[in-house]
Amino acid sequence: MQYRSLEILVGFFVSIAIAALFFLALQVSNFSALKDHGSYAVKAHFDDVGGLKTKALVSMAGVPIGRVTEINFDAQNYDALVTMRIDSRYNTLPTDTSASILTSGLLGDKYIGLTAGGLDEFLKNGDTIDLTQSALVLERLISQFLFNSSDKSE
Amino acid sequence: MISIRNLTFSRGNRKIFDNISLDIMPHKITAIMGPSGTGKTTLLKLISGQIKPDSGSIFVDQQNVTTLSRSKLFTLRKKMGMLFQSGALLTDMSVYDNIAFPIREHTHLPESMIRTVVLMKLNAVGLRGARDLMPSELSGGMARRVAMARALALDPNMIMYDEPFTGQDPISLGVLVKLIQTLNQTLGLTSIIVSHDVQETAAIADYIYLLSAGKIAGQGTPEALNTSESAWVQQFMQAKADGPVPFHYPAHDFTSDLLANKKQ
Amino acid sequence: MNIFQVLGQSTLKSLAKLGRGSLFFISILSGLGYVLKRPNLLMKQLYSVGVLTFWLICIAGLFVGMVLGLQGVYTLSTFGADSSLGIMVAASLVRELGPVVSALLFAGRAGSALTAEVGLMKATEQLSGMEMMAVDPLKYIIAPRFFAGFISLPLLAALFSAIGVIGGHLAGVELLNVDAGAYWSQMQSSIDFYDDIINGIIKSIIFAWLVSWIALFEGYDALPTSAGISRATTRTVVNSAFAILLFDFLLTALMFGAN
Repeated sequence: MQYRSLEILVGFFVSIAIAALFFLALQVSNFSALKDHGSYAVKAHFDDVGGLKTKALVSMAGVPIGRVTEINFDAQNYDALVTMRIDSRYNTLPTDTSASILTSGLLGDKYIGLTAGGLDEFLKNGDTIDLTQSALVLERLISQFLFNSSDKSE
Repeated sequence: MISIRNLTFSRGNRKIFDNISLDIMPHKITAIMGPSGTGKTTLLKLISGQIKPDSGSIFVDQQNVTTLSRSKLFTLRKKMGMLFQSGALLTDMSVYDNIAFPIREHTHLPESMIRTVVLMKLNAVGLRGARDLMPSELSGGMARRVAMARALALDPNMIMYDEPFTGQDPISLGVLVKLIQTLNQTLGLTSIIVSHDVQETAAIADYIYLLSAGKIAGQGTPEALNTSESAWVQQFMQAKADGPVPFHYPAHDFTSDLLANKKQ
Repeated sequence: MNIFQVLGQSTLKSLAKLGRGSLFFISILSGLGYVLKRPNLLMKQLYSVGVLTFWLICIAGLFVGMVLGLQGVYTLSTFGADSSLGIMVAASLVRELGPVVSALLFAGRAGSALTAEVGLMKATEQLSGMEMMAVDPLKYIIAPRFFAGFISLPLLAALFSAIGVIGGHLAGVELLNVDAGAYWSQMQSSIDFYDDIINGIIKSIIFAWLVSWIALFEGYDALPTSAGISRATTRTVVNSAFAILLFDFLLTALMFGAN
């Protein structure tokens, strides 16, 4: 085989393979969503995070605006301290925004839903969200329901 | 040119060479002969530094190849040509490229000059017309001649032939014998032939070493060896079936061996 | 011979082989400079190692993707979760099947060919011949083949995953009417670029190193006879498969086990 045509075939092979890599990055993964606009960290205390994991979505009105970066146990308050990074495009969240841990669908992942408050001051890097609502734990829900119904029957 | 002193080499528990010493004279054809399995090819590999001996020294051009570094060994090998039993041509290149290969690797000559050198070498072995063939299209004898041309490509001052006559038809045999002789005379090469083809080798060798069981069993000019008094040398040179080297591999007595079957 | 002697002997033998293999690998690395100076050597090997495996990988990727699509729909639809098909297809391809299956195919197609080629070169004295011409066969023959394999396999694995995802689309969306929007958007939101894609690529780079190394070493270390070469070729495929699966387990435990 001529060296020239061999070079062309190799070039063809490499460029198709690199196109495949780009395809994986852009079409299959969240690479395009990772475009970094910078972000700022916000903390929140929860009594119970349920099954929340790092990298879980943080969304407001159903639109993803950030991700959970850290979940730690706070030994002073005996609760969970969740750190999330919010995209700096959304830097106008009121300071009295509330955070709750929700589940997408019946079996889906846990995520943090933010609901905007009404104050004029905005959350800044390092601020803490005070109004939080813990994850719904199914067992607790059921036991509550059982206790309630037994109360009524008495 | 080459002097080997007290060389010992063993493979596993078997001693291939047991404390041998020999000299190879410059500009002469020296033959190293012996029965199959006496390590003649191993000797060539030791001389070219591809393997290291257990003890002893091998001097080529006053350099001890047993202690040379890899890069110095490579420099030395540019002055050695070697013809392998199989030819060892690179199968993915044409005859022309095979001969140009060492020149391209080691020099920065322009392609036009390489062409001249390659065609000269090919002409010397009579295969200038076969330059575009691939090694798979060559007959055994032609492959060996191409390999010879390649061994000469860098104008070495010594050349080693590993079993050049094995498995050749009479015509290519004659061609090879004549080539080795003429090349040696016209280029003033030092040639080493490893072979067990007595007639052809004796016809062109200036000096012969006979190896057997790790020792030098005999040495001298072909004429001297032909008239040697040693029974072993006589058996080898005259190709007798029986003699000091018995026809039978060591075994128990034949009759008792046959009867042993009945006893079981 | 008692059992301990056999055990000891085979342990020593494998250790010695590992030692030879490591030295072999170091000399390959020292050939990198040579290969960079001679890109045409690398180009030829990229052709025979990469381009000739191209179609095999494309077809295998397409079919594996389509099978994943079909099986995924059947399984997920029992839970009414066929909108998650994209995640399932893409995650299994990018994380596991892409790197592993393409490495196994590569070992069978290119690895065995490399072993046989190098073993035959040894048997026909081409390697010693080169050595006698003062050309180091480790640099001229082995190093370009190693780096060609090392470059090709990650590219082939990416190709395999990409085509597999398209195959999943063909089977799931075109054939079994899963919603196309759900297929792609679920996939995009759940497959993480660093965690999944980059880790998959790291896996295939390690497999590329393993397979190329094993294949070339088996060829270089083969007994120069026809039986020796055929055994070496078999060993390449078997040992590569073992090494790939073992390392896949270790790497998966390292990469995904932490969460």
